Amino acid sequence: MSWNEPGGNKKDPWSGRERQDTPPDLEAVMRSLQEKIGNLFRGGSGGRSGGGNPMRMMGLLVAIALAIWALTGIYIVDEGNRGVVTRFGRYSETTLPGPHWRLPAPIESVTIVNVEQQRFIEVGYRSGGRQQAMGSVPREALMLTQDENIVDIRLAVQYQIKDAKNYLFNVLDPDVTLKQVTESAERGIIGKSSMDFVLTEGRSGIADEIKAEVQQILDQYHTGIRVITVNFVDAQPPEEVQNAFEDAIKAREDEQRLKNEAEAYANEVVPKARGAAARLTEESEAYKLKLIAKAQGEAGRFKQLLTEYEKAPEVTRERLYLDTMESVLEKTNTLMLDVKGGNNMIYLPIDKLQRQAVSPEAVKEAETLQAPQDVLDNAVKNSRATTRGREGRGQ
Amino acid sequence: MMVQNKIIGLLVVLLILAAMSVFTVSETQKAIKFRLGEIVETNYLPGLYFKIPLINNVKKFDSRILTLESKAERFLTSEKKNVMVDWFAKWRIKDVAKYYTTVAGDIVQANVRLDQIVKDAMRGEFSKRTIRELVSSERGQIHDILIKAANPAADELGIDIVDIRVMRVDLPSEVSSSVYRRMEAERARVARDFRSRGAEMAERIRADADRQREVILGDAYRDAELKRGEGDATASEIYAQAYGKNKDFFAFYRSLTAYRQAFKNEGDTIVLEPNSEFFQYFNKSR
Repeated sequence: MSWNEPGGNKKDPWSGRERQDTPPDLEAVMRSLQEKIGNLFRGGSGGRSGGGNPMRMMGLLVAIALAIWALTGIYIVDEGNRGVVTRFGRYSETTLPGPHWRLPAPIESVTIVNVEQQRFIEVGYRSGGRQQAMGSVPREALMLTQDENIVDIRLAVQYQIKDAKNYLFNVLDPDVTLKQVTESAERGIIGKSSMDFVLTEGRSGIADEIKAEVQQILDQYHTGIRVITVNFVDAQPPEEVQNAFEDAIKAREDEQRLKNEAEAYANEVVPKARGAAARLTEESEAYKLKLIAKAQGEAGRFKQLLTEYEKAPEVTRERLYLDTMESVLEKTNTLMLDVKGGNNMIYLPIDKLQRQAVSPEAVKEAETLQAPQDVLDNAVKNSRATTRGREGRGQ
Repeated sequence: MMVQNKIIGLLVVLLILAAMSVFTVSETQKAIKFRLGEIVETNYLPGLYFKIPLINNVKKFDSRILTLESKAERFLTSEKKNVMVDWFAKWRIKDVAKYYTTVAGDIVQANVRLDQIVKDAMRGEFSKRTIRELVSSERGQIHDILIKAANPAADELGIDIVDIRVMRVDLPSEVSSSVYRRMEAERARVARDFRSRGAEMAERIRADADRQREVILGDAYRDAELKRGEGDATASEIYAQAYGKNKDFFAFYRSLTAYRQAFKNEGDTIVLEPNSEFFQYFNKSR
């Protein structure tokens, strides 16, 4: 408002407008107007009007000047804006969107403020227009936590103007103030939290706390700003220690991996053991049943034979003995030695004898080996051995 | 036409005079009216006011909340550690006459004076506190104390301090690097902890699995042996019952079976003396 400062009088817009604009432009306009008006009032005083009464001319001139001046008071407030009107510097009203009229220039003036536009500031980084790469600003981004660690925090604050009057009149540079306040509040709240909390689960809670505190301080200053959101664009450990942090995260994964591997092992071992146990159980069951069946068979056979034996013991005994010996000696190489002479030094080429016997037998064995009968025989032999052992013990 | 020119001239002069004899104070301003250098009026609300041209003189000052933003500076804490602190103060002109006389109404000069005032108060407060207290617990408290401490001195400058806030409390860069080393060590500790815990857990799980396996197998073995025993017992009983009917014949029968079994393989060699029972008729016919 320099127009009324001492020494600035010659540039006074009041008188300036009058002085400079009036003589050339308005005189021309006035003349044409005068003619028209003259035409209108032709009936009465029209005849003399062409003469040009100076006082009357002057009056018209002033009236037209006033009308034009008054028209400059029209202004339009766009949607989402507010017009703040001041009269001689003093606030008079805030106008809503639409066409308005105010008292013209030196008396009233209007400032239009957009109250719906969402503005935002960046703390700790600069997005730098279209580029995706975010330039970090370490001075703003790095801060101490409660446990004296350093974290790298990037915040974006969205805000809008909630009170155009306060926004304009109360604080010099409200937007800069917002940034200062955000930094202060941010550091205060991060300083109260531990690093782990800040970097992990605390994020959203901290952002809300910052928002609340910033809003409270801004209200204390009556800045007329409303904070819409405070966002953590990024919260991470400082670049210098990022490797160590990543390793710690990997370690957490490793922990899980080791556990899973062990569980996989357990899942393999235990069912296998259960399988083996089931096999043992089944085998023992089979053993038991087989043994009993065999015992029943053998006992039955014996009993039947015994019945016959008792009918003719002598003959049966003799026959059985001879049958057995026959079958035994038939298969084996039998040597009979008459050693009555008492000469104990007899050389028997046993290995030779055996070899002779083996060669035809080996062929036979190869043929019979496949037969299931053979397997069964072996099994019977084994179990019989056990039985015998037990009986021996029993006696 | 002469008359017209004269009238215009007169109007212009009047307008200039009128303009020189009024002044406005806007919402963002405070004003002082001087009469030949002497302050006559300071208490202006926003609006239009009159003055006598050439005799009265008006100076205007910003009435909004202004900012003093400090540079980062070293402060000592109670544990004799250095911290880099910067802060801002929000202030506004309270007594415009005092403000004009003490700092000549110059914002820069006022900021220099305020800076000293606040910094003095700050040194005192910071040296009573540890870094941890500065960073976390007592920030809000410090703000209040600083405002209270600085306001009397600011009052003499005609200034009202609205707020003082600490922004950064950072460690000097040479200390920061050792903090980073510590953080790394800390992370390494955490990492090792995780891994060892993982190993511990894994070992537990494996051992548990192994134990289960052994127990399962052991139980199964026991049950199997019992079952076999049952079988053996039952079989023995059956045998005993049958064979017990004629012990003598059993011995004979069983021996024969055993011989048959023992010399089952072809090629086995038996050396016999001719006086065995089998050969009782070998050398004689009767």
